[in-house]
Amino acid sequence: MFSKKERREAGQGYLFLLPALLVLGVFVIAPILYAVFLSFHKVELIGGASYEFRGLDNFMKVTFDDRAIIALKNTAIYVAIVVPTQTFLALVLASSLNAGLKGQKFFRIVYFLPTLTSSAVLTLIFMWMYNQNGLINYVLKFLNLPTYNWIGDPDVALIAIMIMNIWATAPFFMVIYLAALQDIPDSHYEAAELDGAGPIQKFLHITVPNLRPVTSFVVIMGLIGTFQLFDQSYIFSGGSGGPNNSTLTVVLLIYQYAFKTLGTMGYATAIAFMLAIIILVATLLQRKFSKEESLY
Amino acid sequence: MKKRSAGRKALYVILIVYAIITVIPFLWALSSSFKTLGEIVSGSINFIPKDFTLDNYKQIFTREPLFGRWLFNSLFIATIGTLLNLLFNSMAGYALARLSFPGKKSIFLMILAVLMIPFQVTLIPNFLILKELGWLNSYQGMIIPGAVNATFIFMMRQFFINFPKEVEEAAAIDGLGRFGTFFRIVLPLAKPALAAQTIFVFMAFWNDFMRPLIILSDQDMFTLPLGLNSFKGQFISFWNYIMAASMVFTLPILVLYAFFNRYFVKGIKFTGDK
Repeated sequence: MFSKKERREAGQGYLFLLPALLVLGVFVIAPILYAVFLSFHKVELIGGASYEFRGLDNFMKVTFDDRAIIALKNTAIYVAIVVPTQTFLALVLASSLNAGLKGQKFFRIVYFLPTLTSSAVLTLIFMWMYNQNGLINYVLKFLNLPTYNWIGDPDVALIAIMIMNIWATAPFFMVIYLAALQDIPDSHYEAAELDGAGPIQKFLHITVPNLRPVTSFVVIMGLIGTFQLFDQSYIFSGGSGGPNNSTLTVVLLIYQYAFKTLGTMGYATAIAFMLAIIILVATLLQRKFSKEESLY
Repeated sequence: MKKRSAGRKALYVILIVYAIITVIPFLWALSSSFKTLGEIVSGSINFIPKDFTLDNYKQIFTREPLFGRWLFNSLFIATIGTLLNLLFNSMAGYALARLSFPGKKSIFLMILAVLMIPFQVTLIPNFLILKELGWLNSYQGMIIPGAVNATFIFMMRQFFINFPKEVEEAAAIDGLGRFGTFFRIVLPLAKPALAAQTIFVFMAFWNDFMRPLIILSDQDMFTLPLGLNSFKGQFISFWNYIMAASMVFTLPILVLYAFFNRYFVKGIKFTGDK
């Protein structure tokens, strides 16, 4: 049926794919199936692992778990504030950079620093600046603004993480916007100028519509990233999600239920599935929304 | 004309102010890493240390026996992990782009599907699988599960699809086999794609916090992010040491960036265009 040459090529194909398939099989595909199994069981990890079938219990439990509801609320507030703010900031920065100013390269390098730096280092630097007698309070005092106990006050701890993350992520999205801005043909702007459009009209009627697909990408990436907030709140709160659960996020809660409390690994897996579904739905909604908008 | 230059000035102000906002945390951390503990606790706000000292760096490298070990662990895991990724992702991408075999389409679709799965779903089962394998707290437990990356298999496939076939045909005429062609002709010509991959994969290993937190439990197996976090607990008010350690942690990535700067933006464009 197959010629010798075809069979040889097929063999080579599988050989080239073998390492990738092995790793993906054992550490991605098998775990997904295993996760489905775990989410329906109570898992005990004493000596070996033992499983007790619980049906949908793990999924139902969330509704009367106070900490899960707090984590979900914190995460939702975080996403709702961080994603629009960082997207808007990225767009403003990219448009400013794209105006043909000198020193573009310099600004790009500077703005890139936070993207390169690890979340652990950034969090520690910000904790140092958020200190009661730290740099940020000093600046606030200097400007006659109120100072805060950024890390210890449950009312501001999550806001402190938001500020840090907007600062850290906006420049990354700026680079994506910048690439897209440079692809918009100059002729569009020239035509608009002939029609007497000012800079704001040009921005609203040429730049923004042309950037719609990129904005969609930026928002989706932002959603995926913010829903998964973990490192910052873990380091900030020493793993507790405190003070008073104010920095508890869904992923931090999954971590705690999986590895810090006994007998809740199956429950943690169920929450992870629910998070995955929330992210998926948010992504699809965003896509649909941005498509509909582009009809106008 | 006058109005236009006023607009430019405003743009410069926006850009410069934001550049300052970006740089200050780093300068502050850098300056703190050269200050004495006395100056740190005094709470004075000066960016140039009064008593410039290298003691903090000496302290973390000489009197903190594990710091060097963490640095080594991080470098080792990130380097080997990156090399395996370059090799395996390219091989898979090449097979999917160039070779024909039954099941190719379903394998490609499976790899695309894998891209959509958030990593938290596989986290807990991965822990149990590594436990079963006896790979918790080991280098292979950190490296092997991350040795392949679906995103970059996809990226390499796109790269190889646009790659001129004639080069390979010439190599075949010269008597090179499939593997010879791949390793001696195709891979060396794929340098730009490999460079972008190197940065992103190395950074992902280097900066990863959650996976090591779960997999590694012995202090001497820790990578830098974990070490740094435990540092914070241990030296709660020794911010001079913590900042020095943070600066050491950031340096390798800055060197890598300086080296591959060109490919960085290209790589982002690559992943951004999907």
